[in-house]
Amino acid sequence: MKVTLQHVTKQFPGRGKGARAVTAVNDFDFTLPDGKLVGLLGPSGCGKSTTLNLLCGLLKPTSGKICFGDEDVTQLPAEHRGVGMVFQNYALYPHLTVRQNIRFPLENLRGKDKLSKPEMEQRVRDAAALVQLEELLDRKPSELSGGQQQRVAIARALVKTPRVLLLDEPLSNLDARLRLQTREEIRRIQRKTQVTTIFVTHDQEEAMSISDEIVVMKDGVVQQIGRPQEVYDSPVNLFVAKFLGTPPIHLFRGEVHNGRLLLGGAAVLAVPGVPEGPVTAAVRPEGFVLDEQGPLACTLNGVEVMGRDISVVCRHPDCENTVIRAIISAENTVPAGGTVRFALKPRKVFLFDADTERRIPFEA
Amino acid sequence: MENNRKAWLYLLPAFLFLGAFLVYPLIDVFLYSFEECYNFASQTYQGVGLYNYSYVLHDPYFLQAVKNTVLLVVITVPVSTGLALALSVGLSSIEKLRELFQTIYFLPYVTNTLAVGLVFMILFKKTPYTDGLINLLLHLFGGPTVDFIAGPYWAKMLVLCIYTVWVVMPFKVLILTSALASVNPMYYNAARVDGTPQWRVFTRITLPMISPTVFYLIITGFIGAFKAYSDAVALFGVDLNAAGMNTIVGYVYDMLYGNSGGYPSYASAAAILLFAIVLTITCINMLVSRKHVHYV
Repeated sequence: MKVTLQHVTKQFPGRGKGARAVTAVNDFDFTLPDGKLVGLLGPSGCGKSTTLNLLCGLLKPTSGKICFGDEDVTQLPAEHRGVGMVFQNYALYPHLTVRQNIRFPLENLRGKDKLSKPEMEQRVRDAAALVQLEELLDRKPSELSGGQQQRVAIARALVKTPRVLLLDEPLSNLDARLRLQTREEIRRIQRKTQVTTIFVTHDQEEAMSISDEIVVMKDGVVQQIGRPQEVYDSPVNLFVAKFLGTPPIHLFRGEVHNGRLLLGGAAVLAVPGVPEGPVTAAVRPEGFVLDEQGPLACTLNGVEVMGRDISVVCRHPDCENTVIRAIISAENTVPAGGTVRFALKPRKVFLFDADTERRIPFEA
Repeated sequence: MENNRKAWLYLLPAFLFLGAFLVYPLIDVFLYSFEECYNFASQTYQGVGLYNYSYVLHDPYFLQAVKNTVLLVVITVPVSTGLALALSVGLSSIEKLRELFQTIYFLPYVTNTLAVGLVFMILFKKTPYTDGLINLLLHLFGGPTVDFIAGPYWAKMLVLCIYTVWVVMPFKVLILTSALASVNPMYYNAARVDGTPQWRVFTRITLPMISPTVFYLIITGFIGAFKAYSDAVALFGVDLNAAGMNTIVGYVYDMLYGNSGGYPSYASAAAILLFAIVLTITCINMLVSRKHVHYV
């Protein structure tokens, strides 16, 4: 099922007299390809959960249109949209067993969709099998671990074969190891069911690792939409560049002069076609190359060994980050102290207008 | 060991207090109920046995009181709980003026029982001068004049039930509205997304989630209704036996201090019987609730 959002805007009335309305989602315009997994990504308060609630019908947009396939569902209440939703806290009914929880949506079906008892039982068992919960069907949610509860919530959302599956921060309540496992699980289930899935997260790593496409939002406005690698490799503005990647991208106050990027007075990179003037230069941690003749001189703080890679921790006077963490292969040997010099990989360096924070492209 | 001794020491005042004013009287009442013809003044009795129970159980006034009390319990507990539930659901679903209505519904709770009884009497009583407001309303619909206060038994019972429901309602509404407010709205959202009809949301989600509160209200409602007394006095005056509207507690009181007073042994036996009835009903309630109450 293709999902289309056409210029969707959602405003909430302000609190108190004369308060201005708050725009949670501003002119969201996007078509979600059928059968894909899309990650809605952004810091808290950026409108991603509101977008999800607009999609499932718990909220109505102030303006704009939402379509599932060719059907306009904008005015359709949540009850009739046929979406499956996994809530952040799972919202499993605590007084019902896992089986009853999963069966709950099926019991609501009326008219021609009404299922017989054996059909329901079969559907419940299929859904439980999909999330590998068959043995736990007679337990209560309180007797399950967080990861298991999460899977029950997914099974409950999938059991009625929804047109769209929505997940609100599906991994935020899980510990680190379970999070890795569960995100693979979500990917697997989505691949298997081929249901168009949208999930909301503030964790960029999570979004990048399993999404077919990611949508980066800030203050209710969509910043960039694209495949994860695409967005990572070519962010449209400083916000997107900063938001994606761990360790975070490094920002330098730089200047472009004669088609060259100057950091702290030293020309570090040729940037043909970039107009003269101050810029914000952003360098990915993996964009540093250890080079004794390199133009970028930094004061070495220390080295963190991570096995496959090492991260060289150093400082540069024009860097806005407190420290620079350059990720380089462990095969390199780093001098013991003093100054360490780097060359930069042109594809890992992005220039942004110092005022508008928009990307300034250059030929790498 | 040292800690234990300290713990007991700290608990001692409470134990002494409860022992003197709760446990000792309880045991004493139990003993009185077996002591035949106990006399307050001389502190003497003539024998030990079951005569007191036999007397009480054969006393038509006591049997009338039991009948009245049981009817009152059976009618008012379900009606008041159900009505309170409906009102609370209504209150929680309106947005405008909710607090105003909550206050109005809570007012009976802070109003004096006897004052309210007086108002009810004015509403229902038939005097040589007027038939009372309720009868005027009945006339409007072509009904006959009914003397609710001094008339037929069913009319008196009806007034007592209406009065009791009216008096116990505010507390139940208060407790239920807060229970309803404590249900996490995410469950309702989840139910909506799953296309759950309103009625089913109520029976399958709301009710189980507030079931411990409902159960609490039923239990305390039963116990409270079994101990009814002041309500009947407020409506029918102190001579309840004459009005045929006595309750078990009223009977106990009459045996102790009423016109026919001075019979602590009969009073104790009646009190022990009431205790047995309430205990049995509460146990049954507990057993039934096990299946339907969800403590999460």
